[in-house]
Amino acid sequence: MSCCAPGVEITSGDIAATRAEEVRLASFELGDGIRQTDLSVPAMHCGGCIAAVENALNALPGVETARVNLSGKRATICWRDATTPPPFVETLRSIGYESHLFDPGAERKDTALSELLRALAVAGFAASNIMLLSVSVWAGADPATRDLFHALSALIALPALAYSGRVFFRSAWSAVRHGRTNMDVPISIGVLLAFGLSLYETVHHGAHAYFDASVTLLFFLLIGRTLDHLMRERARTAVKGLAQLAARGALVAQPDGRNAYLPVSEIQVGMTILLAAGERVPVDGRVVSGQSDIDRSLVTGESAPVPVANGAVLQAGTLNLTGPLTLVATAVARDSFLAEMMRLMETAEAGRSAYRRIADRASRLYAPVVHAAALLTMIGWLLATGDLHRAVTVAIAVLIITCPCALGLAVPMVQVMAARRLFERGMLLKDGGALERLAEIDTVVFDKTGTLTLGQPRLLHRETIDTDALALAAAMATHSRHPYSRALAAAGAAIASPLDAGAVAEIPGAGLEARIGAHVYRLGRASWALSQSDDDAVDNANVVLSRDGQSLARFAFEDRLRDGARATIADLTGGGLAVEVLSGDRDEAVRRIAGELGAQHLSEVTPAGKVARVTALESSGHRVLMVGDGLNDAPALAAAYASMAPASAADVGRNAADLVFLHESLHAVPEAIGIARSAARLVQQNLALAIGYNVIAVPVAVLGCVTPLIAAVAMSSSSIVVIANALRLRSVKRNSETRMTAKAVAAQPAMGKSA
Amino acid sequence: MTDFLYLVPIALALGLAGLGAFMWALRSGQYDDLDGAAERILLDDDKPLPQKHAPRKS
Repeated sequence: MSCCAPGVEITSGDIAATRAEEVRLASFELGDGIRQTDLSVPAMHCGGCIAAVENALNALPGVETARVNLSGKRATICWRDATTPPPFVETLRSIGYESHLFDPGAERKDTALSELLRALAVAGFAASNIMLLSVSVWAGADPATRDLFHALSALIALPALAYSGRVFFRSAWSAVRHGRTNMDVPISIGVLLAFGLSLYETVHHGAHAYFDASVTLLFFLLIGRTLDHLMRERARTAVKGLAQLAARGALVAQPDGRNAYLPVSEIQVGMTILLAAGERVPVDGRVVSGQSDIDRSLVTGESAPVPVANGAVLQAGTLNLTGPLTLVATAVARDSFLAEMMRLMETAEAGRSAYRRIADRASRLYAPVVHAAALLTMIGWLLATGDLHRAVTVAIAVLIITCPCALGLAVPMVQVMAARRLFERGMLLKDGGALERLAEIDTVVFDKTGTLTLGQPRLLHRETIDTDALALAAAMATHSRHPYSRALAAAGAAIASPLDAGAVAEIPGAGLEARIGAHVYRLGRASWALSQSDDDAVDNANVVLSRDGQSLARFAFEDRLRDGARATIADLTGGGLAVEVLSGDRDEAVRRIAGELGAQHLSEVTPAGKVARVTALESSGHRVLMVGDGLNDAPALAAAYASMAPASAADVGRNAADLVFLHESLHAVPEAIGIARSAARLVQQNLALAIGYNVIAVPVAVLGCVTPLIAAVAMSSSSIVVIANALRLRSVKRNSETRMTAKAVAAQPAMGKSA
Repeated sequence: MTDFLYLVPIALALGLAGLGAFMWALRSGQYDDLDGAAERILLDDDKPLPQKHAPRKS
């Protein structure tokens, strides 16, 4: 396989449940019997991936075209709507790429972006041409040529301002109309006044026109605006396009005896739902027949699967592991557990004090100061010289020179660079504000199941287990999708010899049974596998292999820690951050993990309890970063000052988080904090540079010494300095990265010993 | 002075041509997947172009 086939077996296995009906529900009609399906394939990242994915998809019968978009990590497939949809997800998994259905409504053509890009192109064209004409004027053109060039500049500037300036004028106008002010107000006033003054000068054959300044200003500011938009939009769509862990629909038994696949929103209370093994529970329901094990890790944080039988109540979002179940819906989707979490989240979000971005805070101070300075300059000159024309000219020069060109670029430029760094390291950032908040945190709160751990058990004490017993158990375990079975199968994969499939039967809620020769072998919970349950230590986390009721071997499991969990926690505490584990799981499981990592812990916490803990920390003056994945973490993610979620998290959790990391390793957490902090440092430097520029330029302007040439040089150079400073984030990152890997390498032997 | 009469229009026309080309590229989706385009050029998927003319018999 190519360089980038990721470990496929580590991702959640329930995606096997992506069924044909789901694919159809998520696709849309293109006409002529062709349907389009969009898949998100986060693991693609090179040319080899493009070729592998496109070739595999194009080879499927029924596929018209398949095309990969590497920037968006998506594949777009057009297929003929004749039979069932081709097995896209299964095919991609077989070549080593996990893929998820992309919500059909999630991405519409981004009209705001193309408007910004068009405005940027027009402003760039106008700015370069006017600058060309201005240079010859500055070089000392004779008055006739100068007037001609000024007139030409006016002709170019007018449509450019009308077209490209709309972005700012609109926002400034709506702010002014509501009695507020934002960064766009001084921009609009400066640009329009500069243009008006220049037009007046041109008509009266004046020597100085500021057409170049007004258009160049627009051009630089549009760059900042476009970058800002790009960053937010990319993260937004990427996050939307990730795994859809909530069921999209379910097979419902109709009164007329037929079964129909209905979308979740159409399932009513009292409907009978047929749930196959490997599917998620679509709405809250009660089991009426069948036996199975339920994985509730995403919902409650419990790591061990729970056996269910007739009468058991299931929450929406839990995963059915071993046997088919028949449910009766007890709530519609909007009243289900998931919706309840959404409500908790909304209240948590409302309670969180609104964060004001640095740029917004700066602009609130900026506009009044600049306008007051210009007004005072005008009054001063009027009093000193009595020349109205001169006074107005100088005042407008002050406005032009102070126009927040560098300020408008200072913040977005750094944040775009940071977002790009994060994206390359497999992290998606929601918006720039999140980056600013992330830089300020002092406490990190982790969820356990699915965050610190992978939510997948691992066999303990392998070396003490009898090899023959392990081989047999592993061979039996390959016939089940229970997490313990998978762990056993993985542990014994090298020594197991395949068993005849007919000889093994899965007893849902109990275990596996195999008949070999005259013996009955059972692999499962002790109370079922052993004829007399002699020991009282019937721990949920133990599996027994028995022959005719006699114990052969016992297997103990524990949830596997995420890669680098230990080093990550050490990194964070070493960096002076407080670390805490907050879990809904049983106390002993949480205690073991937290003890191993050397962190404080709270166990058996309800979703509301998590929110309470986070708000308590916040009100005692801490800035909390919440890292969690489950539905039960979502309200706490929304309540925390900043939040992160792994890509394997529940939809709701991912949407609540500021930052989503795609890779398995927890290193993402200190890395993100590191990038956020260096970005915050650069933003401060950039703001200082922008203010320093004004401190020098404003007195020059107030004294009336500014000519269009000086304005052009000053503005361009300040913008370029700010951009160059932002680009330093690249090298800052490189250094910290090498340090990080050195640390990780140093930590490796220690981890190897203890594992 | 008379040189302006054709030099300035030529300069503006060239600029407008560039602007037009950018707008066209934007509209036809050439900026949708910049990373992909950079990698695709390295892919070795030379399929023979569909033959537009039947092979000539000599």
